[in-house]
Amino acid sequence: MSNIQRNRNIDTAFKYVGIGCTFFGIVMLLIFIGNILVDGLTRIDWDFLTNLPSRRASKAGILTAWTGTAWILGLTAIIAIPMGVAAGIYLQEYGKKNRLAHIIELNIANLAGVPSIIYGLLGLEIFVRVMRLGGSLLAGALTLALLILPIIIVATREAIKAVPNSLREASYGMGATKWQTIWYQVLPAASGGILTGIILALSRAVGETAPLIVIGALAYVPFVADSPMDEFTVLPIQIFNWVSRPQQEFLVNGAAAIIILLIITFAMNGIAVYLRNRWQKKVSW
Amino acid sequence: MKRSGEKVIEYGLAFSGLVTILTTIGIIWVLISESWGFFREVSLADFLFDTEWTPLFTQKRYGILPLLSGTFLTTIIAIFTAVPVGIIIAVYLSEYAHKNFRQTVKPILEILAAVPTVVYGFFALTVVTPFLQSFIPGVGSFNALSAGIVMGIMIIPVISSLSEDALYSVPKSLREASYGMGATKFQTSFKVVVPAASSGILVSIILGIARAIGETMVVAIAAGQQPTLTLDPREAVETITAYIVQVSLGDVEHGSMEYKTIFAAGITLFFFTFLLNNVSFWIKKKYQEKYE
Repeated sequence: MSNIQRNRNIDTAFKYVGIGCTFFGIVMLLIFIGNILVDGLTRIDWDFLTNLPSRRASKAGILTAWTGTAWILGLTAIIAIPMGVAAGIYLQEYGKKNRLAHIIELNIANLAGVPSIIYGLLGLEIFVRVMRLGGSLLAGALTLALLILPIIIVATREAIKAVPNSLREASYGMGATKWQTIWYQVLPAASGGILTGIILALSRAVGETAPLIVIGALAYVPFVADSPMDEFTVLPIQIFNWVSRPQQEFLVNGAAAIIILLIITFAMNGIAVYLRNRWQKKVSW
Repeated sequence: MKRSGEKVIEYGLAFSGLVTILTTIGIIWVLISESWGFFREVSLADFLFDTEWTPLFTQKRYGILPLLSGTFLTTIIAIFTAVPVGIIIAVYLSEYAHKNFRQTVKPILEILAAVPTVVYGFFALTVVTPFLQSFIPGVGSFNALSAGIVMGIMIIPVISSLSEDALYSVPKSLREASYGMGATKFQTSFKVVVPAASSGILVSIILGIARAIGETMVVAIAAGQQPTLTLDPREAVETITAYIVQVSLGDVEHGSMEYKTIFAAGITLFFFTFLLNNVSFWIKKKYQEKYE
């Protein structure tokens, strides 16, 4: 076999290896989802969604878990969105050249690499203990808000960066102040991108387990929370609790709860991708 | 009047930015102040060189080595899974694949990154571990191998997407010069494009390692909770993160030694991820825009 022929064969072989590896990830995802569906789908019914937790696997439901997740989602959004968007506006529109903005920027890059469990330790000491919030919904939401803040800030900056300068100049030309320009021109134009980033960040918060365990969220909560100061559990913690038990019936419960959790995260990601595509198509500066 | 209002708004916005700095200061302060109490009772030498970690037993020993070995064992397995697959995907998508194929596959790979980690833990425990037990003798129901492999699958998208960006930004002229010399696509990819993009690929690997070291739920569910100093991937190990979870699940009283140990473990974890992140920034800065 000549050298040329051999090189061509290697080339073709790599092509198939490449396709194989690319599909490896996708096949894993399919096995994974298929397996969970087989395990858990039959367990999901109305009672499963509306029952309180129980020591008997067949009676246990996820009512407190999914309401806890909804609470956490709402509170985290209220705290993180205004702060993240504000910081993003500041960095992109005000602080382009100043020192503070440069330090904040470096700092955000570093925060993005901090493991989520470390945020849990921060929340445990500052929110739970020093601020005396206990293992409450509010303490959990504050912790997760800090965790997703860098994601929202970066997304806001990217979206604002894409707004062309001519828009700002036209607004200034009409006599608008800087803030009027930002509020009435830049933010509406960037809203699609900002919203996409916010939804992706919140979907990350919904799936987080470790930081909430560290701040003291409980696995067994026999009541539905009705104030931000209540103790709570969330879906991922309920799943973790069930999966850690040796009995097969609890594993089935875990799989069923995973299906609900995946529906929530995939729906959020789907909305985000849809918004991103629509926004990219609509805007043609 | 209007002008002062504008200033107030600007300060308000700047304050939101400052929150991120306060977060960093908070993290460092919390970790240092609580582990300070820990190191007043345990000498640094014991912490670093004792080979047993048993703070939850009556016979208390505080050597971090078993937790470190657990962390590194699972991380190495994850990296050996993710790096070859991730880089081959990156090369294939950037150099071989049709544009349409690339655009369909990338979002699907991103789904892998969006799945909550507790779900990967379930996958490791109920699918991968039984599969490994079916052909490798001696694999325990909790083991480092299964957790490591699943963590690897989880970080494939991190490595493939960052590496692909790096490969994609290599200028076309380099490829054309190589083709002009009669090189095949494979030769061009691995002898020209990959070396040219090596700094970006290295950054993706480092970030993948940092991600694996800090990953919590997969190892807490599938790798076990026994701090053993071992390099045998079939055995149960405990990572730093899994230890923090294990302690947090119980009732930890503030000021107790258990409470302090999770911060001592936390500062060790923070040290490694901080180091890796900054190495990646340094590489990025040093080798950036080489071709522009």
